Amino acid sequence: MTAHADATRRRVHDLLRAEEERILQRWTDLAKTSAEELRDLYRALRLALGDERDDLADVRGLLAELSRERARQGHTPSDTARVVFCLKEAVHEAVASDGSAEALKGFIWFSRLIDDLGLYTFEVYATAREKIILDQAEQLLELSTPVVKLWEGIVAVPLIGTLDSARTQVVMEKLLQTLVETGAEHAVIDITGVPAVDTQVAQHLLKTVVAARLMGAECVISGIRPQIAHTIVTLGIEFGDIITKASLADALAYALSRSGAEISTPRRTRIAVRTEEV
Amino acid sequence: MSGDGHLLPIASNADVVAVRRQVRALAVDVGLSLVDQTKVVTAASELARNALVYAGGGRASIEIVENGVRKGLRLSFIDEGPGIPDLALALTDGWTTGSGLGLGLGGSRRLVDEFDLISAPGKGTTVTVTKWAR
Amino acid sequence: MERVPILKLGDILIISIQVDLEDQSVLALQEDLADKVVSTGARGVIIDITAVEIVDSFIGRMLATIAATSRMLDAETVVVGMRPAVAITLVELGLSLGGVRTALNLEKGVALLDHTRSAPR
Repeated sequence: MTAHADATRRRVHDLLRAEEERILQRWTDLAKTSAEELRDLYRALRLALGDERDDLADVRGLLAELSRERARQGHTPSDTARVVFCLKEAVHEAVASDGSAEALKGFIWFSRLIDDLGLYTFEVYATAREKIILDQAEQLLELSTPVVKLWEGIVAVPLIGTLDSARTQVVMEKLLQTLVETGAEHAVIDITGVPAVDTQVAQHLLKTVVAARLMGAECVISGIRPQIAHTIVTLGIEFGDIITKASLADALAYALSRSGAEISTPRRTRIAVRTEEV
Repeated sequence: MSGDGHLLPIASNADVVAVRRQVRALAVDVGLSLVDQTKVVTAASELARNALVYAGGGRASIEIVENGVRKGLRLSFIDEGPGIPDLALALTDGWTTGSGLGLGLGGSRRLVDEFDLISAPGKGTTVTVTKWAR
Repeated sequence: MERVPILKLGDILIISIQVDLEDQSVLALQEDLADKVVSTGARGVIIDITAVEIVDSFIGRMLATIAATSRMLDAETVVVGMRPAVAITLVELGLSLGGVRTALNLEKGVALLDHTRSAPR
């Protein structure tokens, strides 16, 4: 830092200190917010500028807090950045009335600093948002994939809602893991609650069935709606020898018979299921 | 863009095992899911064996890469072997000049996120693959 | 080079792969097993891959070859304990292990062999 640049900065800092009340008042007016919100920030900034080491950590900390607080109150990130930018105008008025060339030069430097700080609030906002989105996406994946036991040796995943590639993959892994843990040899993937299936999702479903087979278990897909069946055929996806059933009940009946159970419905009044040792 | 790199020789069957082990260790560090770890280690095994079988050996470089918030693993398999005359054909499942199943290249490509193959007859082959943590 | 031990239980041979195998060991296993099937007159072979972290095309081919060879020697092969991540990777790789029977665990593998043998051939 040259002695000259140093002098211009010191001039701005002196102004910030001498005119503190006036600038703060003006800033509050321009930003249309409470002085309380801005006072700490102003003080931290003034102290940081007076400090030789140029340490803005405290300022950034306060800004991050301000940005988060305002986001919670429903302000847009632009609003928050604008609050910060208003300081430029307030300081400019003080610099103009001071009139010295040094103060004007110093203002250019100060203005750049404020730009950076304004952008920083934006960054904090975006990072906070991103984290919320990531957390929610993860929670959603956790929530949306229950694997339920239908019978001894038979598990099912009832899929509900739109399937995307990531979710289908999670389902696939969870189902296969359940097969290992429970030793269930039959699995039903029920897609009654799925409104649409695209090529990628259909492929994932197919791969799940094939992977289950590789592990020594059998997988049935049930609840294929007419329009989904139509889509699958139109897309030219080969379901090959994969077993599909119209309803979850049909799939269960099929899995039961495959696992050696017998279903009898005498006089259609009650259903008795008996499992045989294999 | 690059992190710490590891360079391993591929000159014997034991080296292929060593490559698998190193890739597994780094895949865990990068935070790949268990399935993605398995996929990238399998791809590494295929490509390392390709270098050994078709080019008599080569080397593998393994590095951790970053792209914004995502981390990933980038593997390069470099050999000075005969090269591949027809790249499109080599990526076709079931095509092989050796005694394998011909699933090495095409199969590996499906196991990773990015796949880059540079080769010319007599110039050797470099395959670079990247797997990103989800 | 490590040699994989082959255990005999009644008329079933059991191989449990515990380590990351070198290609040489895999080839040796194929030969050892064929010899053992003949010398013991085994009717079934179970390959337990519970501990195996990856199956690439080489190991995949070994499993298929063992199954085909054993069948020729009148023994049925069952691969047991494949991990989900391994199964998913194999599917992606494009390897179907055609002709190899599989079961979730050793117990189910034995049951599958018993079942197959009690059925008329």
